[in-house]
Amino acid sequence: MNNGPLAAGPRDFEMSQQSLEHSQDRRPTRWHIAVFLAPALLVYTAVMILPLFGTLQLSLFRNVDNAQVFAGFDNFRTLFGDPRWSASFWNALGNNTWFFIIHMLVQNPIGVVLAALLSSPKLRFSAFYRTAIFIPTILSFVIVGFAWKLILSPLWGVAPNLLDLVGLKSLFVPWLGKEEYALTTLSLISVWQFVGIPMMLIYAAMLSIPDEVIEAAECDGVTGFSQFWKIQLPLILPSIGIISILTFVGNFNAFDLIYSAQGALAGPNYATDILGTFLYRTFFGFQLQIGDKNMGATIASMMFFIILAGVCLYLFLIQTRLRRYQF
Amino acid sequence: MTNRLLTGLLMASSILGTAGIALAQDKTLTIESWRNDDLAIWQEKLIPAFEKANPGIKVTFSPSAPTEYNAALNAKLDAGSAGDLITCRPFDASLELFKKGHLADLTGLAGMENFSDVAKSAWQTDDGKASFCVPMASVIHGFIYNKDAFEKLGIAVPATEEEFFAALEKIKADGTFIPMAMGTKDLWEAATMGYQNIGPNYWKGEEGRLALIKGEQKLTDADWVAPYATLAKWKPYLGDGFEAQTYPDSQNLFTLGRAAIYPAGSWEISTFNTQAQFKMGAFAPPVQKAGDTCYISDHNDIGIGLNPKSANADAAKTFLTWVASPEFATIYANALPGFFSLNSAAVKMEDPLAQEFVSWRDKCKPTIRSTYQVLSRGTPNLENETWVKSANVINGTETPEAASAELQKGLDSWYKPAK
Repeated sequence: MNNGPLAAGPRDFEMSQQSLEHSQDRRPTRWHIAVFLAPALLVYTAVMILPLFGTLQLSLFRNVDNAQVFAGFDNFRTLFGDPRWSASFWNALGNNTWFFIIHMLVQNPIGVVLAALLSSPKLRFSAFYRTAIFIPTILSFVIVGFAWKLILSPLWGVAPNLLDLVGLKSLFVPWLGKEEYALTTLSLISVWQFVGIPMMLIYAAMLSIPDEVIEAAECDGVTGFSQFWKIQLPLILPSIGIISILTFVGNFNAFDLIYSAQGALAGPNYATDILGTFLYRTFFGFQLQIGDKNMGATIASMMFFIILAGVCLYLFLIQTRLRRYQF
Repeated sequence: MTNRLLTGLLMASSILGTAGIALAQDKTLTIESWRNDDLAIWQEKLIPAFEKANPGIKVTFSPSAPTEYNAALNAKLDAGSAGDLITCRPFDASLELFKKGHLADLTGLAGMENFSDVAKSAWQTDDGKASFCVPMASVIHGFIYNKDAFEKLGIAVPATEEEFFAALEKIKADGTFIPMAMGTKDLWEAATMGYQNIGPNYWKGEEGRLALIKGEQKLTDADWVAPYATLAKWKPYLGDGFEAQTYPDSQNLFTLGRAAIYPAGSWEISTFNTQAQFKMGAFAPPVQKAGDTCYISDHNDIGIGLNPKSANADAAKTFLTWVASPEFATIYANALPGFFSLNSAAVKMEDPLAQEFVSWRDKCKPTIRSTYQVLSRGTPNLENETWVKSANVINGTETPEAASAELQKGLDSWYKPAK
């Protein structure tokens, strides 16, 4: 295509002139665009946009004597003003932030390292490792939660026995039952499950780096670790950005793992309560507690705003500053 | 398979039912229930016994899945297609139905005098003036123990708290068994098997529970804090890593014979009977000093009420009166050991473990779980908070005083007792 502009002859010019006149005469309505967009737009509206606005609307109402009454921002005032509601909310948000930090500090660096190892041409059985590491991602949360509960069980779990084998039994703690460890343990379980995703994305990004660039680096004497640091890492930074934002959205929407491992009360003492479980308990109720869909919708709206703010921050502040390289 | 059997039975019974009407103008009653586990007991034992005594009335037991029951029943009641007799959940769920006019007032029903006030409390208006369901079954709390282990270690069944802790200490010192099988991971074990199990002895059963609802007592009073202090003393006797031990873990620990004492609810009896390979016994929550009156948690679980729109209200009332009779109580309680009839007439149980549980009714005063009536209507929910706080107290992460203060603060934030 390099010689494209040079090859443009008089005929092309004529044609473009013609079409210009044509369009000035009577703009053809391009129906096909609307027709092709319609199915996706309709489905997206029905399953995403309408429920979203329904939730936002629900959060502005209150149930008074079995009737929905408009309450303005009263629910938000309760959520932030009432000492109990706000304590639960900030606790959940704090836990959620810690959950996210662990993912960013553990999952993504490990993902990058694994991808770097996998893309190394010297590694044998790389396809096997790739598959093995990716498999937990396709497992159901229920299975992951249940399996890890068993692994870490102080009674029948393999964790205490394995530690015993190496003489470190004293290090065993019932991690899921201790306030100070439970959330970190669950975060690491989630990291174990999802580390395959950053690995795959980064691996793909690394494969797309042209060999010429690597060879040029080698000619200049940049090899090994410094090659990764100076050549490959800058080239995969946009992918890392995308992974970070995916992690952010995923973590602040998380619910399943905590629910399946710790139950809806997210014990011990709400130490593992994240926004998702807090929303679930409030919206659907639990045991003798009757669900409050208005307060639930208020929490859901807050989750939406938090995620929206995070994504906007990323899009406008970070993504625009990332340098892209074209080959 | 069960489904097909169930459909078959239902179809057969409905055809037979209609045939009956055509032939002898029999009246047919339909029972709505969530206890699909009990279908066989109703079909084979209860209904034949009733029909034999009351010719001319046919009864169909029509259960749905427990999780779907409330929603399905509400839909049917609104549409006017619900059965004549309605199985009642305890407390607020049924009270709501009564307020909407979906349950008839049964205060004057013949046979209601067979039940104590505590038994009726789960299906009454808050002021206790109107009853709307006949109490059917309750579950009792206590401790189940491994008889073999107690014999081997030469431990007598503890009656007082001092003896109880001495027994635990002895089991711990011996080291063969884990003294007590309970975990705090699932939270509710700590509250239901712990706090609600031993608590009534401290707050004097109904006396304390009603005073709490009236606002005369507070959760920060000594009677309500003391059970937490006792629970906190349980910690050293629970298994290693009890913080991460779940409810099924506890059940397995005990039935595998690895633990000596299990804080229990009577619903465990039938499972334990089939799983445990050793002899089991039971004892009531130990009292503080020898000679103290004992109190037990005899928690109402199932009742049965009348749909006011029923076409056969008279026949339905005959049935309800029969449900309130000792005859029903005997059949029901023996068919389902662990679910006890609430009838005041003493029922002879064939299962020794169940008989032991039910015998406490003679010497102890019954009460229901303190958090169930009225006090769990608001947010924060007292029952759920009690789960969390009981687990905290046993884990040692919160003092009994701090836990009670938090609970009372939460309750005060929405509950204003009538003055």
